[in-house]
Order: sequence, then structure tokens, then C-alpha cells
Amino acid sequence: MTIEFAIAIIFAIVLVASPILLAGLGELVVEKAGVLNLGVEGMMLIGAVTGFAVTSSFGSPWLGTLAAAMAGATASMIFGFLTLTLAANQVATGLALTIFGGGFSALAGKAFLGKTVPAFTQLFPSPLATDPIWRVVFGYSPLVYFSLAMCIGVAWFLKSTRAGLILRAVGENDLSAHSIGYSVTGVRYAAVAFGGAMAGIAGSMFSLVLTPIWAEGLTAGRGWIALALVVFAAWKPYRLLVGAYLFGAVMTLEVHAKAAGGVFSALPSELWAALPYLMTIIVLVIISLRRSGNSVAPACLGKPFLPTI
Amino acid sequence: MGTDQKPRLELSGITKRFPGVLANDNVSFAVQPGAIHALLGENGAGKSTLVKMIYGIMSPDAGDIRWNGEVIRVANPKAARKLGIGMVFQHFSLFEALTVLENIALGMDAKIPARELEARIRQVMDQYGLKLDPHRTVSTLSVGERQRIEIVRALLLNPKLLIMDEPTSVLTPQEVDQLFIVLRKLAAEGCSILYISHKLHEIKALCDTATILRGGKLVDTCDPKVETSRSMAEKMIGGNLKSIEKPQGRSLGTEKFVVNRLNLPAIGHFGTALKDITFTVRAGEIFGIAGVAGNGQTALLLALSGEEPVDDAGAITLDGVPLGTLDAKRRRLEGLAAVPEERNGHAAVPDFTLWDNAVLTARDRLGLALSGFIQPRAARKYAGEVISAFSVKATGTEAVAGSLSGGNLQKYIMGREILQKPTALVVSQPTWGVDAGAAAAIHQSLVDLAGAGSSIIVISQDLDELLSLCDTLAVINGGRLSKPMRVSEADINEIGLLMGGVHGTPQETHIESGAVHAVTA
Repeated sequence: MTIEFAIAIIFAIVLVASPILLAGLGELVVEKAGVLNLGVEGMMLIGAVTGFAVTSSFGSPWLGTLAAAMAGATASMIFGFLTLTLAANQVATGLALTIFGGGFSALAGKAFLGKTVPAFTQLFPSPLATDPIWRVVFGYSPLVYFSLAMCIGVAWFLKSTRAGLILRAVGENDLSAHSIGYSVTGVRYAAVAFGGAMAGIAGSMFSLVLTPIWAEGLTAGRGWIALALVVFAAWKPYRLLVGAYLFGAVMTLEVHAKAAGGVFSALPSELWAALPYLMTIIVLVIISLRRSGNSVAPACLGKPFLPTI
Repeated sequence: MGTDQKPRLELSGITKRFPGVLANDNVSFAVQPGAIHALLGENGAGKSTLVKMIYGIMSPDAGDIRWNGEVIRVANPKAARKLGIGMVFQHFSLFEALTVLENIALGMDAKIPARELEARIRQVMDQYGLKLDPHRTVSTLSVGERQRIEIVRALLLNPKLLIMDEPTSVLTPQEVDQLFIVLRKLAAEGCSILYISHKLHEIKALCDTATILRGGKLVDTCDPKVETSRSMAEKMIGGNLKSIEKPQGRSLGTEKFVVNRLNLPAIGHFGTALKDITFTVRAGEIFGIAGVAGNGQTALLLALSGEEPVDDAGAITLDGVPLGTLDAKRRRLEGLAAVPEERNGHAAVPDFTLWDNAVLTARDRLGLALSGFIQPRAARKYAGEVISAFSVKATGTEAVAGSLSGGNLQKYIMGREILQKPTALVVSQPTWGVDAGAAAAIHQSLVDLAGAGSSIIVISQDLDELLSLCDTLAVINGGRLSKPMRVSEADINEIGLLMGGVHGTPQETHIESGAVHAVTA
């Protein structure tokens, strides 16, 4: 195995993992605030098509990503209005959002089928980003660095800031938070909007970075993976990072193992296809088994908040 | 009135209306600086509504709130805290998964760095003798410790008025004593205290003034040191208080309900394992199990009711029949009924009608469901009998259980079990959050059932209740049951120590030894 090949594999892993990490971090914050938004996949698709359309029209992937974040946040506000203001069932509303997102992206994307968009410029200057070895550190899309920075940021926000503490409190015990005088609904709206924006950016990563050609349903269910990883990562940002990269690793391994033939091709392909999902879940379950007790779900997750006044 | 000192808090003509209910009707009273002022009333009398308006959670429809003589509008709890009003809630508004420090930080409006806040917490704890570890997770703390968090949180704001909502209902006698020391010290420093309770002897011991509410209206403002417990109780319920009538000189029958070396492993993360629980209840005996919450009461009720059967059939016997391995349904058929602590969701399904709920536990003994079909007529008739026999205030058998007040639902649930004439009845916290009138009715029904020859086991954290109701008493602590003692010979100091003292270690207490309270309500 040459070093170039190893670097190619690492690139593949990072590209699979980053959008899952982005969407997962958004959903993690949403769930920490006590809201279960199952519409991640839908918001990703809305972000993907918006990002593609804006980039295609204005030629700037940065503008496209910003538009994707805003589109994701807007879509999440529909969910927020229904579940937080009107206290609708969060599971049903989230599923509806996913279905809506799929339909909307297919319709809006019709005009762009098969078109391509300009890629991001490198974040780091050319000798570093294009060096055959050093590109493993400096050569990624800016969104990859963004996802890692967000992971550190979200972990710090939740653990060390007052706003993060209030957000966790709202997810733990909405009535108490309300009686102390915090706006439960306000905090949840903010969290849901953040989750929507992150899902939108994750979606735009599919259409702008991973496959810069528009195709329907290009997120291929990764929003659901992000949702599941949040649970198996026990609502901890760094475990989510581990989970996302693990998933990326097994996914990439699968592709290369099949190509390598020999012993690997003897196994049925369905098993290979299931492997990334199985491995990720098994590993994260083992991690959370080891330290039991603290790894419980936010107590108010999915429950509508109905103040008695 | 007439003094030059303005009252700390003065309410005049406070009125609050909810759809269909007048929660507060023209209530006026004043709390003086440094006074410990009791607010007394049954559940539903409007105490909570009133203090919620003072604390800014609700706003009054009419009337004025004066703070140091000036009319104010308390827009929200934040505004209340800014004025210097602190509140310790009955149901603690704590976050189980967070630490003590994080919980307190959430209650602070000012942004204080964690290290500085911790130093201030330690200072307040030293000053008032409140012991707590700021870095413990709340879910691992006892109820008494949780209350201390709330008190520390309130004290950090240097309140001028501290509202305490039923603070002693879950504390050991020693913890109550400690709390009173803190409250007296606070009052001596000039902080006014509005003390909500229905425990009359505590109000007599602690408070300078008492305001009594009934049905949303102010009944009287009096000096509790002059009034008797009985006179205050009667003002509170608006009629003559019935004392529990225990038949004189009744003798207890043969051994009926025998628990022998009952063991149960801990259920869940924070459950308590039961270790070698052994006791005997005779026919006609009321057996009390005291203890601070979280010492195995929940597990004991589940083990006795049959929700958690044990491996040893002989661990529980009723009239010689081994029940240990049977489930709840079969234990009911054998004559062992149980009423758990949680009314909504455990003892009754809140969204079901009263007669649906009757079917749930009486179906087998009374044939309310035959060969898989519910007998609606029989079930409605039975539910109706319960409602009339126990004077349950409900719109009828079609009323949804969750629509009843706590006391009425509890009366209904107790009635549902008692009219099935169980040979043995296990009840947990039978009067938790129930008003004095309903509590008296529930106590009387238990005494009557015992008088008819049944064995009764009462698990309660309310020591007064157990001392007034039971013949025999044992204390559960850490999943172990103490040796039973006759209530007539019980020493409250000893019981307090068995309950685990203030911090789980026996230490000096301030209760005169041997003083068993004479209890009225």
C-alpha cells in the first residue's frame, strides 16, 4: 500500500464523515434542548438543493453554503412552529418534514439535473493544500474544517457556557426551567434553528463537495445515520465525532475491500453493505456500556412543553 | 397597623380567576419585616396561586401587591428575585442530571463565574450550617439534600422575603429541626418568611402570624401561638374536624400477613435493594413503615403488591398461603391489595374514566370482567358505590380520573380497594398532597378496615401520620427494616435516628426526648 493510496483512503473517510458530523451536531443540540426533530434528512435535502441552486446561479459555493444554512433553518422553523408553538407531535411532524424535503428538493432540482457547480477554493495556500503528502492535513474542503471546529465549539458551548447550561436545563426539566424564568420555547426555537442550519450545511456538502453534480435524493439516508449516531453517542459531541469517522472508515473500507477481491469478495455483498451501520452501532454501544449512569437521554426529549398558565 | 414600620409585603384585594374557579377572592394580608408568617389552607384553597402571584409566575386579575409600602407589578420570577423575593418550591425545580453547582447557577440571574459562585455557595453553607457537595449530581442526593440546594439558591440572592412551600413534608424530624434553626436565624437577620404548610404543630412552633385561606377566601389572620391546632384546623376546613375514632381496647387477632426474609435486588440505577425484610402483621393491626424517601419504600411496595415477584414463595404469606412468587393479579385474588404512592399513572390511569379504573383492579375479585368481556353495568355500579361510600367529589362514574383533585382521586382509589374487602392492604403515602379533610376520611377508612379484621401496612414519609394511625411501627433505611416497635412506646428521637439522622449519621438533636407529638390533622 503506497502512501498516496493511504491518503486517498483518509480523504474518502473524511468526506463521508463530515456531513454526518455536521448534521449530527445540529441534531445533538436540538435534542439536548428536549426536541426530537426527525426531519434531518429532509432539511439536508432542502439545504442540498438550495446550496446547489445558489452556487449554480451566482458562482460562489460560499454563498451557496450560506443559503443552504438559511434554507435548512427556515425549514426547521416550520417544524418549530408546529411542534413548539402548536405543540404538535414531534415524531409525526419530523417525518413529514423529511417527506416534504425529499419532494421539495426533487421538484426544485429538476432544472439542475446533471448540471455541475464550481468547487470551493482551497482554504490553505497552494503549496500546502496541493502537496501530495501534506494535503492530508491541509487539502480538504473548508466545510471539513468547519465541521471539526463546530464539534469543538458545540462541546465547549454545552459544557462551559451559561447559555449551554440553560439549553441543557430546558431539555432536562422544561417545567423547572420555566418556573425559574427561562423561556423554554425561545431556547427550543433557537436550538431547532441551529439544527436546521447545520443540516442545511451538511446537505450542501453533498451537492457542492462530495458530488458536485445534482442528482435526486443524493443524501442517501445519511440524515438518518446522523440521527442514530446522536443516540448511540449518548448525546456527547466527541463520541459523535468518533461515530461519524468510524462510519466513514468502515464505509470506505467496504468499497476498497470489494475492489480488492480475494477473501473479501467471498462474503455476500449485502453483509458488506450492512457492515458500516453494524460496526458503528456496536462500537458506540460498547463505549456507552462501559460508563453507564451519565449517558442517559435528556429527560424531556420529544415531550411537548405545555405551561399550565 | 398603626406602626411607623411599613410591612415588607402587603396584599390588598388580590383576586385571581381561572375558567370556572375563583382561585383567590379579595385576599388581603401583610407580612412584617423579620416575621415568620404562615399561610395555611387545604389543597385547592388558593395558597399556591397566591404565592405564584407574589413570585411573578402569574399576575392577579385585581388587587395590589405592595413591597415596602410601594405598589409593584411582579412581571416574572426574575423581577421577583430582583426585588428580593426568593422561593423554595414544594416540588423542587431541580435538574436531576445536572450538578448542585449547575443547578444553583441556573437560578442566578447575574452571570457569576463558576469558581466565584462555588466560593459564595460554600460561604452561605457555612453561615447557615447547610451541608452539600457542589459537585454531586442531583439524582444521587436525598430529598433533604435537594431541599438544601433550593434554600442555598434562594439565600445566595440575599432575599428580603423567602417563600417556603410545604418544606417539611419529606424531612426527618432532625432535618425539620435543622431547617427551623436556619429559618429562625434568617428571620432574626430581618428576612421575612412566608411559610406554607398544613402541619399545624410546626406552624405553632415556628410562626408569628398565620393567615388561613379556604376556598380562595381569607378566613382569618391569627396568632398561632394563641390558637390551638384544632381551632386552626377547623378554620382551615370550615367545619368540625373529625378525629380518628379508634375503637377503645380493641385486641389484635392472630398473625395474618407475614413477611419473612424478603430480598429484592435493586431496580434501575438509583433503586434500593431490599435486604432481609421481616415483619408480621396481625388481624386488625395497622403496621407503619417510616423512612426518608429513597430508602427502599418503592421497592418494598412493588415486592409486596406483586409487581416485582420474588423467588422465595414463603417470603410473603397471607393466612399461611405463600404469595412470594405470585404476580399482582393472583395476589389480589388471594386477598392482598395494594395502593401505590403515585396516583396518576400508577394507581389509576389518568385518561380513563372512574369505572374503567375500577375494572383495572377489581375485575377478578368482583367479576367485573367475565370471560374476557368487561361488564360495564357492574363496573359502573361498583364505581358509583365507591364514589358515594367515600364521598368522592366527581361528576360521576364517567369522570376521567385525571380530572379529580389529588384528595378526591386518592379517596376513590382507596375506596376501590377497601370495598373489595381485602384481607391485607398495603398503601404507600396514602395522604400525600391530600387536604386535611380528605386525609382524615382516608385515615378513618383505614382504621375501619382494620376494625373489620384486615391487616394494613402503611408506608409513609409522614411520621405524624404513622404515629397517629398505626399500632406498630418500623423504620426502613437503606433497604433494611428496623425492629418493629409499639407506637404507644415509641420514642421520636430514636425513630429519627433510625431514619438516618440529618446526614446519615446519628448526631445531637434538639428535640426533647420522648416528646411524641399529639397530632390533630
